[in-house]
Amino acid sequence: MRGGWFKVYALVYLVFLYAPIILLPMFAFNDATVIAFPLSGFSTKWFAALADDPPLHDAVRNSLIIAVTTAILSTTLAVFAARASTRYRFPGKAGLMGLIMLPLVLPEIIVAVSLLSILLMVGIELSILTVILGHVLICTPFCIAILSSAFQSLDRSLEEAAYDLGETSFSTFRLIILPLVMPGIISSLLISFTISLDEFIIAFFLAGTQATLPVYIFSQFRFPQAVPVIMALGTILVCLSVLLLSIAEFFRRRGLARSGTKDTGGFL
Amino acid sequence: MTSGGVLRRMGRSEAASGLAMISPTASYAILLLAAPLALIFIYSFLTDGYLEIIRTFTFANYLEAWTNELYRVVMLRSLMVALTVTAVTVLLAFPVAYFVSFHVDPSRKSLWLFLITIPFWTSYLIRVFLWKVILGYNGVVNSGLLGLGIISEPLQWINYNVGAVVVTLAHAYAPFAILPIFVALEKIDRSLLEAGQDLGESRFMTFLRVTLPLAMPGVIAAVLIVFIPTIGDFVTPQLVGGPEGRMVANLIQLQYLKLDNYPLGSAIAVSAMVIVTVVSLFFLYLNRRYLRGPES
Repeated sequence: MRGGWFKVYALVYLVFLYAPIILLPMFAFNDATVIAFPLSGFSTKWFAALADDPPLHDAVRNSLIIAVTTAILSTTLAVFAARASTRYRFPGKAGLMGLIMLPLVLPEIIVAVSLLSILLMVGIELSILTVILGHVLICTPFCIAILSSAFQSLDRSLEEAAYDLGETSFSTFRLIILPLVMPGIISSLLISFTISLDEFIIAFFLAGTQATLPVYIFSQFRFPQAVPVIMALGTILVCLSVLLLSIAEFFRRRGLARSGTKDTGGFL
Repeated sequence: MTSGGVLRRMGRSEAASGLAMISPTASYAILLLAAPLALIFIYSFLTDGYLEIIRTFTFANYLEAWTNELYRVVMLRSLMVALTVTAVTVLLAFPVAYFVSFHVDPSRKSLWLFLITIPFWTSYLIRVFLWKVILGYNGVVNSGLLGLGIISEPLQWINYNVGAVVVTLAHAYAPFAILPIFVALEKIDRSLLEAGQDLGESRFMTFLRVTLPLAMPGVIAAVLIVFIPTIGDFVTPQLVGGPEGRMVANLIQLQYLKLDNYPLGSAIAVSAMVIVTVVSLFFLYLNRRYLRGPES
């Protein structure tokens, strides 16, 4: 028998990972304001309440604007950095890459307060824009991690062949390199979108009066009567992120299949 | 055509091309990461005045952050909570990573990893809040146990304390620990294990003397990946910690957003960064010692 006790343990572990999330739909469809057992009956009224909540709609709109802009900007910045670090040798490379990747090993609260300090000193008003600045900073390292593996698996001779056939470096990039790393770019867009949508602490410090979705959810935690609505919202969010991740995983696997490399497992 | 010709056609040297290529990302990081970090470092040596920061150099903020009982207790608690969470998370994660790497059919490994990583990508705030709902005074555990008649009044010791913070964080960061350990285990040449057993070692001794040392870089990576964000976590102590469970991020937030004392807030933030760096370097050093070689 393969695994035996290990398999039992791993399954128990998965149950532990998913247990709290299972509670979300149970209480989102429960016909009671109090979150407690036993369940009292089926109801969709908490989902209906979501439709009639203007501050929530503003927060969703803010979050979507921020997440889409962040995804595009951080993936663009990551393409430059991943290309530079996998293709060229240049002085100061380790230091610059270290600085760019630093947010991965920096507690987010530090990023948040340092950005807040400099924005207030320069005199930039807090808004959606300032949240985007912070989110691009923390998403770019994740995008670089994804894109580096895409760029690394490129065959250098394809590029040289294109130069020899008279293409410029820009047209080579557009015609040869970009299509080959496209699956990496798509999964980088999706991952940075997901991170930005879920990020709380930087948005909490930098959003000013324009609350994002997590900031709005956090503000609702104070009101016990809002809890079932948050459960309904959480159910929708979990379904959406599972969907996005499945799409990201699909493109990641297709990228691996295209470049012919071995699957080394998940994205992180 | 030689590669020299290719380079000439590109018109620039490799170093210049590389620097040009990385310059947008690097400038962004310098402007919005290096400069802000430098600013809070400077702030931490200045004096807080009413409505403005007075530009006189002082060590008073650090003295306050490190000697005031209130701040010292919170910083020590953050360190202890982060270390406990890291130990629990990594110890619980190792067997799962081992199972997926050694016992799962290669074609199904991706599926297992996907299942393990999904909870990590779902809303962090909601996951933490669910623990508040589970462990709360009128929460799922208490109402369930009351309903079943096992207890006669709600349990108090499961909510709003350091224990609840540890449980919630250990759950939230569980998937983080599995992936680096898995990657390290995957790299191990399986013939080494056969060699160990052929030479008369038991399976357990082979694990201790071959598998574990080779997996150590992954274990250390997992330790750092869990330790660094947990010590700076704000949401969990805020929601489930109660007054006794506050951590350093809550302290920094208090100084910045509530008391408007940027110099002291910066001094605490810089101190937290120093603690994180020292502990991280210590783990990296342990890794080197354990491997007894220059490989990290």
